[in-house]
Amino acid sequence: MSNTDIEIVVEDPTAPEADSPQMASVRVVDVVVCLLLLALALTLGYDNWRTGAGWESTGPQPGYFPFYLSIILGGASLYGLVAAFLSRREASESFVTQAQLRRVMAVFVPTVLFCLATQFLGLYVASFLLISCFMRLVGKIAWWKSLLTAFVFTAAMFVTFDIAFDVIMPKGPLEAALGR
Amino acid sequence: MEALGLLMHGFAVLLTWKTLLLMMTGLVLGIFVGVLPGLGGPNGVAILLPLTFTMDPTSAIVMLSCIYWGALFGGAITSILFNIPGEAWSVATTFDGYPMAQQGRAAEALTAAFTSSFIGSLVAVMLITFLAPMISSFALRFGPPEFFAVYLLTFCSFVGLGREAKHKTVISMSLGLLLAGIGMDTVSGQLRMTFDSAELLRGVNFLVAVIGLFGISEILLTMEERLALRGHAAGISMRVVLSVWKDLPKYWVTLFRSSFIGCWLGITPGGAIAASFMGYNLAKRFSKDRDSFGKGRIEGVFAPETAAHASGTAALLPMLALGIPGSGTAAILLGGLMVWGLNPGPLLFVEHKDFVWGLIASMYLGNVVGLVLVLTTVPIFASVLRVPFAAVAPMIVVSCAIGAYAIQNAIFDIWLMLGFGVVGYVFKKIGIPLAPFTLALVLGNRAEDAFRLSMIGAGGDLKVFWSNGLVGSITTLAIVLLFWPVIDKAFSSVTRMVRPAKA
Repeated sequence: MSNTDIEIVVEDPTAPEADSPQMASVRVVDVVVCLLLLALALTLGYDNWRTGAGWESTGPQPGYFPFYLSIILGGASLYGLVAAFLSRREASESFVTQAQLRRVMAVFVPTVLFCLATQFLGLYVASFLLISCFMRLVGKIAWWKSLLTAFVFTAAMFVTFDIAFDVIMPKGPLEAALGR
Repeated sequence: MEALGLLMHGFAVLLTWKTLLLMMTGLVLGIFVGVLPGLGGPNGVAILLPLTFTMDPTSAIVMLSCIYWGALFGGAITSILFNIPGEAWSVATTFDGYPMAQQGRAAEALTAAFTSSFIGSLVAVMLITFLAPMISSFALRFGPPEFFAVYLLTFCSFVGLGREAKHKTVISMSLGLLLAGIGMDTVSGQLRMTFDSAELLRGVNFLVAVIGLFGISEILLTMEERLALRGHAAGISMRVVLSVWKDLPKYWVTLFRSSFIGCWLGITPGGAIAASFMGYNLAKRFSKDRDSFGKGRIEGVFAPETAAHASGTAALLPMLALGIPGSGTAAILLGGLMVWGLNPGPLLFVEHKDFVWGLIASMYLGNVVGLVLVLTTVPIFASVLRVPFAAVAPMIVVSCAIGAYAIQNAIFDIWLMLGFGVVGYVFKKIGIPLAPFTLALVLGNRAEDAFRLSMIGAGGDLKVFWSNGLVGSITTLAIVLLFWPVIDKAFSSVTRMVRPAKA
């Protein structure tokens, strides 16, 4: 292969190592998911049975469909539970390695914090904080670049949604202080 | 030729500066979405949907469908230059596209990909132009039983013909149908599965679920991978474009075959992914020089790209004519139609002529404009990949949150989106398919309404689903498809028993 015309190169210094230890096998997760689905099916099934899952002269009662769907969901999860226990392939397959989990959490935890911040500070402030901190702390990008990118993006969003298209987003104390 | 007249009217609706500008914006956004890792056609359309809430429906659908075309074009750029399929349906394009780029023929491969995408969608749009009005005028005679039978057919064909483990498809579909039922029951007005929570009263919004399932979960999945990449330079000169176009007639068989496969698989819920692989494999099988495939043969780019785009476009046919989406993105567009207060289905052709023909005309125009746009701007888009993912990921998260919130102005929906993100991540990793879930969520209420209305009409008698030839044959076909794997097995064991007896 000729490397002469390779022009775009992007490195990934924090890539997850390939030999990282496995945190859970696909089988374990599959079993847990099936159990959760089973619990959900039982809860919803009970609720619909209470609503009324019978058959009137004009057809099914409101709870009829959801009730039988819960039974189907429960049955399929039970089957899945047994299938997962018996599957050798799933037992050997890795669901997530330690290094991968660390990277996934590096996105997931900030996202949860962002949702919390949106509730109290409004969406625009929260997104400025998310973008700047994420770029700096996870991406190791220079502070000035992170802050500038975050500001430009947030401002562009504000102009597009709030001013141009009139789509109202949750707002917090900062917007109130600025009179918007 | 009533269709042609209406189509011309559609073009007249579109040819204003404002619409053309929206079209360009949509295409550019779409190509971005297609090129960036962790985003794809359905996510892009779902995230950008809120932008269109304040537009009139025609402008909105023009912009959204252009985002979709853009995403289809964008997927090809990364597969050829970086060997990274931006979308699952461009995997087959990498087989011959990347070797071509390695040999320094990237421009040729890109031109081939864009041109064949254009041809594929064009064939499918022509099919829609002439077939959709016919199907919808036929479907106007449908009553609730017929509609329920068609919905049943869609659900059953997913379970019976899907390649995933059957119980996982069933889990995904029943979960989707259950979530669709949360909230107020539309027939009796009673509350279901709300557990006295005011937030659940509204029900689970389909678009919120989609943004979480595809947008958020895709970011989590992308983070697991190594994100380093090396790519080839791209610049397309007019000379290359013309030389590829001059050779085009030589490959008419491949192009025609792939378009046909794409249209067929797009209408039935097979999807663009299956179509692109099938197009590639058939081109290889019918070729005289089979071994040269995979080493940079231009036909290997033509075949999958034509099929993928034909199928992506044809998926809109059942959505427009019957209100049943043929693909994930079509399902999201359907969700959009409902937000704008349009009722998808055959009545659309009667009540909202301007809208339907505007949309169809925008498919023609969008593809022409898109072709010109990608051919001229490839280098810019290729360099988008230089932007570090650490900057892209939080921006996608913010866009997802904006999208989820804007649909019903509810903070609860942002949390719901986050929950669906986790669900999508786990489901994808343990092999529970998400397509049946989305389909069930968007069609669940309509299917139940159709069933209960037909029950009220028939006085609770199930025989109504076999009351005439039309509804009877659809219902029967649905049940046959549901048990297809069993029937198929029985058939093959019977033939195996018969054959040795003959021999």
